[in-house]
Amino acid sequence: MSPARPITLEVNGRRHDLQLDTRTTLLDALREHADLPGTKKGCDQGQCGACTVHIDGERVLSCLTLAAQAEGRRITTIEGLRAPDGTFHVVQTAFMEHDAFQCGYCTPGQIMSAVACIREGHAGSDDEIREYMSGNLCRCGAYPHIVAAIRDAAGRMSKGAAL
Amino acid sequence: MRSFDYLRVDEIAAAIAEGALPETRFLAGGTTLLDLMKLNVERPASVVDITRLPGLDAIEVGDEVIRIGALARMSKVADHPGIKDAAPALSESLWRAASAQLRNMASIGGNLMQRTRCTYFRDPGAYANCNKRNPGSGCAAKSGINRNHAILGISDACIAVYPGDFAVALVAFDATVIVRGSVERRIPIDSFFLLPGATPHREHALALGEMIVAVEVPRSPALKRSHYLKVRDRASYEFATASAAVGVELADDGHTIRDVRIAVGGVATKPWRLHAVEAALKGKRFDEATLRTAAAAAVKGAQSSGHNGFKMQLTPKVIARALMTAGDMA
Repeated sequence: MSPARPITLEVNGRRHDLQLDTRTTLLDALREHADLPGTKKGCDQGQCGACTVHIDGERVLSCLTLAAQAEGRRITTIEGLRAPDGTFHVVQTAFMEHDAFQCGYCTPGQIMSAVACIREGHAGSDDEIREYMSGNLCRCGAYPHIVAAIRDAAGRMSKGAAL
Repeated sequence: MRSFDYLRVDEIAAAIAEGALPETRFLAGGTTLLDLMKLNVERPASVVDITRLPGLDAIEVGDEVIRIGALARMSKVADHPGIKDAAPALSESLWRAASAQLRNMASIGGNLMQRTRCTYFRDPGAYANCNKRNPGSGCAAKSGINRNHAILGISDACIAVYPGDFAVALVAFDATVIVRGSVERRIPIDSFFLLPGATPHREHALALGEMIVAVEVPRSPALKRSHYLKVRDRASYEFATASAAVGVELADDGHTIRDVRIAVGGVATKPWRLHAVEAALKGKRFDEATLRTAAAAAVKGAQSSGHNGFKMQLTPKVIARALMTAGDMA
């Protein structure tokens, strides 16, 4: 075992002072140590996208990020997406309205990825959405509804709905 | 995963000093290193996090040269307006690789250093025999499932494909890798990558402790009129089955080839430049028949290992189609 080292993470605007083995990924730190299990562990090898979170506003894979690498960075997870008053994010609402999931396991990663995809300006057409969402796999095959939800949310966000 | 010490550095000199110690790895995006550490293929005793080093992520499109810092991330380079305009193949080779999340993490230096996706290399639990991982132990791929393995640049010891896309484009356009150790060195990209020969565990020209700090690509009319075609088993988020980075410059008559660049990926043990095919095309007329005839020579000397013989037919087709796209004929 590596000795645990103190690691401070800022997640969803809240500070977490943790003692972690250097091998701990950001994914495991969130789920097992920061009491934030919304981020999901799928393949744990950077191939499925279920663990997608934002670091400094950009989508990354938490399973291939050491917790130590994320120190001093601003981390956002699915738990931090709702407004302070509890209102769902536009993308969360669109996923519900379009029934963009079946089992729901990939959904937190899909939504975090979709929010970034729209923000990057990569949601201009269905083809572009498919290309720039290709890092999020859905084994239930809900892809047509996921694309529809993102297209809808992108339209609403361009009309000035809150990010 | 083997236990390791984690060290964060904020000066290049400190990184290089630490990097020269045995069993030490530089950590940037982590998309290759951490993956391979989980698989027990990489087992460093120390990991040096270089992501906070200042001044290594700049992207500069000058009049003569494009310079990309080693810590620039793939997504930033792919979306850079100056790169898209002056070097379409560089941008395309990046955004057609990996996924949006991985491109936000992975650095340009780390991208060059990515290791093969050979399934036998990646599975030490099931396959002890891999000359790249365990020199002298043999090659499980030669008698195994080798549909995705190389047909060019192979040796008795190794048939693993170099998996990257960006380096294929760099090789086509004569890039230089700038590395720093005790001194700064400039290494032509084609000699940065090594053929497997009898030593497939040696993949690049970096000495112990040396770090990539930038890549430079000279601007040219062929780079401006360039294209990266990537053929793969699914439409997105997949490694190349065969790919081609090409560029073309036509003479003032609009159909005579003045300059042409061709490199292929997904089929060779290192990013593979095709000087002979280029030479055969220079001065010729830019038409489909000429391109197809010349491209057929790309696989001269290539060898199938059993399941990957289709790449003999596929590679010339990918080259010809890429050139026709670059020349607005597709």
